[in-house]
Amino acid sequence: MKQVTAGSRPVGALPGPADVLRRTLPNGITVLARENWSAPSVVLEGYLLVGNLDEPEDLTGLASYTAHMLSRGTRTRSFAEINEAVESVGASIGFGADRYTTSFSTKSLAEDLDLVLEILADELRAPAFPADHVEKVRGQRMTAIAERANDTRQMAGLTLRELMYAGHPLGRDLLGSEQSNAAIGRDALVEFYETFYRPQGMVVVVVGAIAAEEAVAKVAARFGDWSGERPPRPPLPAIPGLDGVRERRVPMPDKSQADIIFGWPAMPRLHPDFDKARLANTVLGVFGMMGRLGASVRERAGMAYYAYSRLAANKQSGLWLASAGVNPSNIERAMRAMRAEVARMANERVPADELADCKRYLTGSLPLQLETNDGVASLLADIEWHGLGLDYVQRYRDIINGLTADDVQAVAQKYLTTDRYALAIAGPMQ
Amino acid sequence: MNQLNPIHKTVLDNGLTVILREMHHAAVTSFWIWYRVGSRNEHAGITGISHWVEHMLFKGTPTFPQGELDKAIAREGGMFNGMTWIDFTTYFETLPSDRIDLALRVEADRMANALFDPAETELERTVIISERQGSENNPNFLLGEALQAAAFQAHPYHHSVIGWQCDLEAMTRDQLYAHYRTYYAPNNAIVAVAGDFDRDAMLGRIAELFGAIPPGPPLPRFTAQEPPQRGERRVIVEGPGTTAYLEVAFRAPAATDPDYHAMVVLDTILGGAKGMSLWGGGTPNRSSRLYKALVETELAADADCSLSSTIDPYLFSFTATVRQGRTLAEVEAALLAEIERVINEPVSEEELAKAIKQTRAQFAYSSESVTDQGYWLGFSEIVADVSWFEQFLDRLAAVTVADVQRVARARLQPRLRTVGWYVPVGNGPDDNDGR
Repeated sequence: MKQVTAGSRPVGALPGPADVLRRTLPNGITVLARENWSAPSVVLEGYLLVGNLDEPEDLTGLASYTAHMLSRGTRTRSFAEINEAVESVGASIGFGADRYTTSFSTKSLAEDLDLVLEILADELRAPAFPADHVEKVRGQRMTAIAERANDTRQMAGLTLRELMYAGHPLGRDLLGSEQSNAAIGRDALVEFYETFYRPQGMVVVVVGAIAAEEAVAKVAARFGDWSGERPPRPPLPAIPGLDGVRERRVPMPDKSQADIIFGWPAMPRLHPDFDKARLANTVLGVFGMMGRLGASVRERAGMAYYAYSRLAANKQSGLWLASAGVNPSNIERAMRAMRAEVARMANERVPADELADCKRYLTGSLPLQLETNDGVASLLADIEWHGLGLDYVQRYRDIINGLTADDVQAVAQKYLTTDRYALAIAGPMQ
Repeated sequence: MNQLNPIHKTVLDNGLTVILREMHHAAVTSFWIWYRVGSRNEHAGITGISHWVEHMLFKGTPTFPQGELDKAIAREGGMFNGMTWIDFTTYFETLPSDRIDLALRVEADRMANALFDPAETELERTVIISERQGSENNPNFLLGEALQAAAFQAHPYHHSVIGWQCDLEAMTRDQLYAHYRTYYAPNNAIVAVAGDFDRDAMLGRIAELFGAIPPGPPLPRFTAQEPPQRGERRVIVEGPGTTAYLEVAFRAPAATDPDYHAMVVLDTILGGAKGMSLWGGGTPNRSSRLYKALVETELAADADCSLSSTIDPYLFSFTATVRQGRTLAEVEAALLAEIERVINEPVSEEELAKAIKQTRAQFAYSSESVTDQGYWLGFSEIVADVSWFEQFLDRLAAVTVADVQRVARARLQPRLRTVGWYVPVGNGPDDNDGR
């Protein structure tokens, strides 16, 4: 059959050592830059080594509250001035705190990068924490907490985390509770900022219509004279394993649909099991229309609009989750179907054609993820965070293609246990 | 517009419109097919039928049996989806460019050969009801659906795309199949392709695969027109939670209306520029008038407005999340005062220039992605024609301060609004109901 083929012009290769510039500044900041001249825009993305693992125990939400405050005014710019300057040129600057890191990102036309970098540096290096804005932000966070309490998907997720981590620091809620947010004062925000926002270990990725050397020089000009190290983070205690089934149901009687989440402890990102688990997860709840979970719960049983699985891995052991949203009358039936698919992963080898399909998906979809500046910047930041090396994208295909059906079954047997898991259900109960 | 990547439009003999834009920055191509059918083309008893038909197009043809189509695309590393909206139904595949032929074969096949197997149709009924119930969990969906129903009486924009529960329970396989046979034909479809391909080869292959499909029967005549609104309408929805939500909507100009671009400027000045990516990523818009009037004043946790670009006049709507401890009445009063202001006072030249620059930036961002481009090419042809997209920034730049005030005066009068309140009835006896 006649096929349409790619245009005759050579097109951009995947990012790698040949076209990504990586420089470490004397103060410990790593800068990565990749040029893309197809659109007149630039994305900048990066992170600092501060996260909710650094919060005092009683001030849950302090890290995200602090990140929330960065845009609220600096020593020389008011909140309104920042917004007017950035938004007048159609640009954006954003911050967000996670467990290990606090990330930042900007998007602008290339012609406005200088302006955006200047304001980003001001926000990261000289935030003022204006007292009136501490209160404004508190009100928004309280509303977000109230909205979450009325959202089945978020409540199932929050409950699952509590069950899985049972008081371990990695189980801390990023947003925090009404009580903890009420207890966070301006002093605590300033102290958290002063203690932990330091350039050592900071990473900045610049992708777009700017020469790579010029991008590095611009970052160096704004951040090169920032100095200091944060206090070391104490090692995390071991994550308590699951010795059986931990289940909790959150009744939300007036809702139409219930959310179900199964969870298992996974592995760190750099553990040899990770890629095997990534392939197993693709089989279980990603490939095509959400993998085997989608085929069973959605396509064959017609019980759910969504049923899928996700694997999240970071420095320490991550989470492997299987989720579905179902009518309350189908909760038990959907759970049985999900458990059966999970058990089948461990009990049966994945057939050769299904395995080959999933491998082709994992390797073949990479160009799609790397089409936009955001996609490339996110990948480069992730590669840097995990120390995967700039040749990672080139190695990735071989890593995936080297995996076998036995690898997939072994990793499913090891992690996806049907007698040990956490289970959270939020919604109307019958 | 970007002259380096010109847009080419062709109509095949069977009526299929084809829009092509080569973009060679990445080895990726996005193929879209659009049908001129959405909830706009539905009536009582079959609300939601267009969306259900869209689901059935993933349930198999003789060539790609149920489950095979999504696997075939995924194994080539592709991304795919279908979307139904008030004015259209669309399907796309984005693939590594040397594999894009699969998309053409899939779409040419299911334009004519979808099976609508009765058993699969029944299974999909409960999937769609589940999709509806998932939406019902969201207070903003409940409020939006009620407000839409209050704002439109004669026009099918009255009902939401997902359809009413009773129709989802009662609709039959034969009704679904008849809807498919009526609207899925080359003379009612648009193909839009953006990305890394050769135009002549692509057009040849489209003609080869789609050219043999005969045109469909004459399309049902569309006659619905919403009568003028003769006074403010109000709707209250009660539901679980402790957070209250406000939505206020006015009739918007259609995408081809001479007032449309001035309305885009007004929307941008009030609520900021909207992101054009299909996958979100809009800007926070904290320098917009609404943010300053509602969020900075600590009345709302967020506030926004949105103008839909549509075939017939749809809605220009304002939404706000009431901050804990504040009331719907307070937020409504502040929002209406802001609307009064834009009627009574001209916006500044600076605000006008800012709105245009913001939109220019969003256009630049959207050209990074062939999937976003494919979307905009086809969408433009649905609501107007592709020159609407090509000329968008020029038309916007031609808008004057007087134009903005004129459309605000004409279209944002109190008697033309529909006001919706989501009143939370709490999760327990002690909850503040936010009124």
